Amino acid sequence: MAVSVDEAVSTRPARDRGSPARRFGGRGRSALEVTLLTVLAAVMLFPVLWMIETSIKENRDVYAIPAKFFDFKVTMDHYKDVFVASGSGRSTLSAAFLNSVVVAGASTALATVLGVPAAWAYSRFAMKAKKDQLFFILSTRFMPPVVVVIPIFLMYRQVGLIDSKLGLILIYAAFNVPFTIWMMKGFVDEVPAEYEDAAMLDGYTRLQAFWRYTLPLLLPGIAATAVFALIFSWNEFVFAIFLTSSDSVRTAPPAIAGLIGGTTVDWGLVAAASVVFALPVLVFAYLVRKHLVAGVTLGAVRR
Amino acid sequence: MAGIEVTALHKRYPDGTVAVDHVDLSIRDGELFVMLGPSGCGKTTTLRAVAGLERQTTGDIRIGDTLVNDLPPAERDIAMVFQFYALYPHLRTRDNLAFPLRAEGLPKAEVRARVDEAARLMRLGPLLDRRPRRLSGGEQQRVALARALVRRPRAFLMDEPLTNLDAELRADMRTEIKHLQGELGTTMVYVTHDQVEAMSLGHRIAILNKGRVEQIGTPLEVYDRPASLFCAAFIGSPPMNLIEVEVADGKLRGQGGLVLTPPPGLPRDRRLVAGVRPEALEVTEPRAERSVPARVVSAEWLGDEIIYVVDHGGRRDVRVRMPPTVRFAADAPVGLRHTGGTPAVYDVNTEELVA
Repeated sequence: MAVSVDEAVSTRPARDRGSPARRFGGRGRSALEVTLLTVLAAVMLFPVLWMIETSIKENRDVYAIPAKFFDFKVTMDHYKDVFVASGSGRSTLSAAFLNSVVVAGASTALATVLGVPAAWAYSRFAMKAKKDQLFFILSTRFMPPVVVVIPIFLMYRQVGLIDSKLGLILIYAAFNVPFTIWMMKGFVDEVPAEYEDAAMLDGYTRLQAFWRYTLPLLLPGIAATAVFALIFSWNEFVFAIFLTSSDSVRTAPPAIAGLIGGTTVDWGLVAAASVVFALPVLVFAYLVRKHLVAGVTLGAVRR
Repeated sequence: MAGIEVTALHKRYPDGTVAVDHVDLSIRDGELFVMLGPSGCGKTTTLRAVAGLERQTTGDIRIGDTLVNDLPPAERDIAMVFQFYALYPHLRTRDNLAFPLRAEGLPKAEVRARVDEAARLMRLGPLLDRRPRRLSGGEQQRVALARALVRRPRAFLMDEPLTNLDAELRADMRTEIKHLQGELGTTMVYVTHDQVEAMSLGHRIAILNKGRVEQIGTPLEVYDRPASLFCAAFIGSPPMNLIEVEVADGKLRGQGGLVLTPPPGLPRDRRLVAGVRPEALEVTEPRAERSVPARVVSAEWLGDEIIYVVDHGGRRDVRVRMPPTVRFAADAPVGLRHTGGTPAVYDVNTEELVA
């Protein structure tokens, strides 16, 4: 008994000398980190992996119990079905993808064209109740889409925008403009106004100065903002399912959702369509990843 | 080259802020004119209005004989240097310099000659093929100055061009700018909040406060006879001692018994304050001739001088500048003596110089 107490006393100072970081530090810590990150990655990526697997399995393997992880026959039939209709010609899904490209692309372009100059103006000029105006602009994003979709539906029916790509483009742009203005204002604030002042003294008009000097410096920010806007428009589901009905207008998210709910569900087709749907955004984000990082690390521009 | 006339300038922003209340300036041809004031006093807005980067709400601006109110910046034939250098980041020094000339559409040979001349003046030879990123702050500012030079404008406008430089470089650049302006003889309007810069550079200084001009004068005039209590407190480090005084027996008597020579033409029946520079006072041994008893509150040893804060029984402690050889310990009983000439005297209520 006495011995154990002595031991406890004598070891204590030695233990206290190591800081917490050191006690868990070194290889033990990195091993723990790697393990935890691996588990996390597996949990996060499993649905994606399963989606990809399902998309290349034959239908009987999809329903196999126990589930087949590796030993199944690879087929590309589902991907063919995504693009080619069962008889001949284009499938409805491929039309939906094309609609998604048009709607997301056009609404992002519209939001950028409107939002960037607005952000520049809000950043550069003194105006009445500027903060209130900016708050008002932001407030249009406070409500979730599902809250406003019914009134929008009624209004759209009145003006004939229901079930039209233009209608979707406008509503997505309307949702993306406030976001674009707020995000871009941060970027414009970072670009010293003196560039424009100097260019104006050198003989350019204010707009030319903006176009030739500020805009090129804003490109990383515009890229980052546009990617976010694009992803929003690409993924948007609520407006798309309420405001469109015909196959020629419907975008991919409601079209894919429409595959589920018949008497049988062709999970292979759903998975393949989802993979095809996810790819463009992934590729796009990968291509502009440098700008995205620049966008996320706002304030890194040295004055 | 040209003088600049600013008449009744008033600038109010749409959000209601009045940046410039009322400013009249008459800047002479070939003059180095400094606008000095605390931040928010309207000096930069005034300069930007002269440049054409801001449109004044009311008032007129003339450069030379031209009324420039409605001319865009480019047509005013002026060059401006900013606190942030605003060099185009994608252009080499050479192209940054040539840029305004190419914008004017000058022939190539002329552009080359002018760029070379400006580069020689600012000693930019080795830097000509570098981009701004690879220049130090001082080098960038020299390029910015050279870019203003190549235009051969009628006037230079400088908006705190040295603020971003470190102290040593700032002193060098100050000398360089002064020398350059003297050599070229071009009108220069220089905005700063640094009184040392203003005093050392300016032929004349305008002190601005709250959108108004408090005083215009040569550095010596501004230092010796500040036109208002604001100027008295703003210029000088440490600033003037403001001592409340009364006129009695043909003398100015302050609280604590300090006696000053009154300037002629003092008005009666007003509360007066005398402005006494720290170097117009002297700390002496106790009971020295003409001294009043006082006590050292604290002493700042600055190497080349000592600033004593002295309590002589007045409402406020006074600051006295003494050579480093004259040493008194803190709390030591001493004498305080006025050694300067007639002080500037202000009305407490109007805050203006009365005599």
